[in-house]
Amino acid sequence: MSSMTLSEPSTAPASSKVIQPGWVRTMHWINAVAMIMMIMSGWQIYNAAPLFDFRFSHAITLGGWLGGALLWHFAAMWLLMVNGLAYLTVGLITGRFRKKLLPLTPSGVLTDTRLALTGKLSHADLTKYNYVQKLLYAGIILVGIVVVLSGLSIWKPVQLQWLTALFGGYDVARYVHFAAMAAIVGFLVIHVILALLVPKSLRAMIIGR
Amino acid sequence: MLRIKSLLIPGVDKKLLVKDATKLMPELSRRRFIAGGASLGALTLLTGCDVSDSFSAESMLTRISKFNDGVQAAIFNPNAMAPTFSEKDIRRPFPFNAYYTEDEAPNIEGKDWKLEVSGLVQNRKSWTLDELYKLPEVKQITRHICVEGWSAIGSWSGTPLRDFLKLVGADTSAKYVWFRCAEDYTSPLDMPTALHPQTQMTFKFDDKILPRAYGYPMKIRVPTKLGFKNPKYVVSMEVTNDYKGGYWEDQGYNSFSGS
Repeated sequence: MSSMTLSEPSTAPASSKVIQPGWVRTMHWINAVAMIMMIMSGWQIYNAAPLFDFRFSHAITLGGWLGGALLWHFAAMWLLMVNGLAYLTVGLITGRFRKKLLPLTPSGVLTDTRLALTGKLSHADLTKYNYVQKLLYAGIILVGIVVVLSGLSIWKPVQLQWLTALFGGYDVARYVHFAAMAAIVGFLVIHVILALLVPKSLRAMIIGR
Repeated sequence: MLRIKSLLIPGVDKKLLVKDATKLMPELSRRRFIAGGASLGALTLLTGCDVSDSFSAESMLTRISKFNDGVQAAIFNPNAMAPTFSEKDIRRPFPFNAYYTEDEAPNIEGKDWKLEVSGLVQNRKSWTLDELYKLPEVKQITRHICVEGWSAIGSWSGTPLRDFLKLVGADTSAKYVWFRCAEDYTSPLDMPTALHPQTQMTFKFDDKILPRAYGYPMKIRVPTKLGFKNPKYVVSMEVTNDYKGGYWEDQGYNSFSGS
């Protein structure tokens, strides 16, 4: 394994083969748009009855007022859900999840986290995810499922009352929905920073190689 | 939440309550909410179109909201009951909530009040409070969920709306029951929800005659809908096939708003 630095140009094999297939790139960016719309409109909805002692600045919310934010939220949810379901289906059927995200071992995560924090983690072969990536990507898929299900449970606490009960009732489900949003925002920050630190990974998510 | 809760307690800090309510109220120009929402420029970046000229964004959102009405009507199960709770779960005092302060709430003289029944019904007579109080009474303790997100459990007693609709010979194949209130608040209720066993013409809260704050003399309690679909101070109900809109529905809240 080479000990390439971040700025080194990618080697020939890495640039010639497809790192991110077209369907992954398409769904990734659709998800990015949907997620950002859901989060920003969600913040505006949160502001109508805050769970904690703060509100989100109007400048970073979407919808202008509660009614507008709800329209955005319940429109973007279709984009998020349809795209997300398609992503899960294709990911499972093609075996991409298994190939890319497994095995996910604690020792692997520890080793790669240490290497990442000391700047020694190799990014030579972007077709293989390191254990930090595996953990973050598998984790965010699970959080994505939780945010959608908890959202459905507070949208339909009568029709889907079994789901609401699963989350501990309506009031608790609101906190679960908020926590999942916070986890996604946390992921987003780390994800964007890391992508900018390894720009060729960002390029691969745009043009595929 | 804490701040909001304390503001909602009747008689507490009305000035702040009004301020808060004003914040939640739509801007004068309905159209502006889209432009306001996109002030960050995010939408411009994402779609590459100028959203200040947001006619298409607004009409797209309105169309999706109508689509969502259809989806919700399709998944509405007339046999699914809203969860019920016990006496100890009741929130006391129950929050007062409206787009005006409690002082400004309609102050109705019970003996002068009449419920007007119109539209596609066989018997269009108006009902006095005494006549309505004689109808069979059902009590239910359910969760009131506000469109804002907060919720509170309350106890409401009255007569099932579907029994009353039968009594007045309503055409239950009509699409809506449209309610009008003393302060000119309006709201349409889809017929399947109007016929839901828990949908109630409410005359009592917590075993006592409905106080002014909660909609005296009559409220429509719909535990399968968000709070704003539960009109208070109701003065008329009309069975109709026309969609007549409502106070909040016209401003952009989703019309079905089912729970």
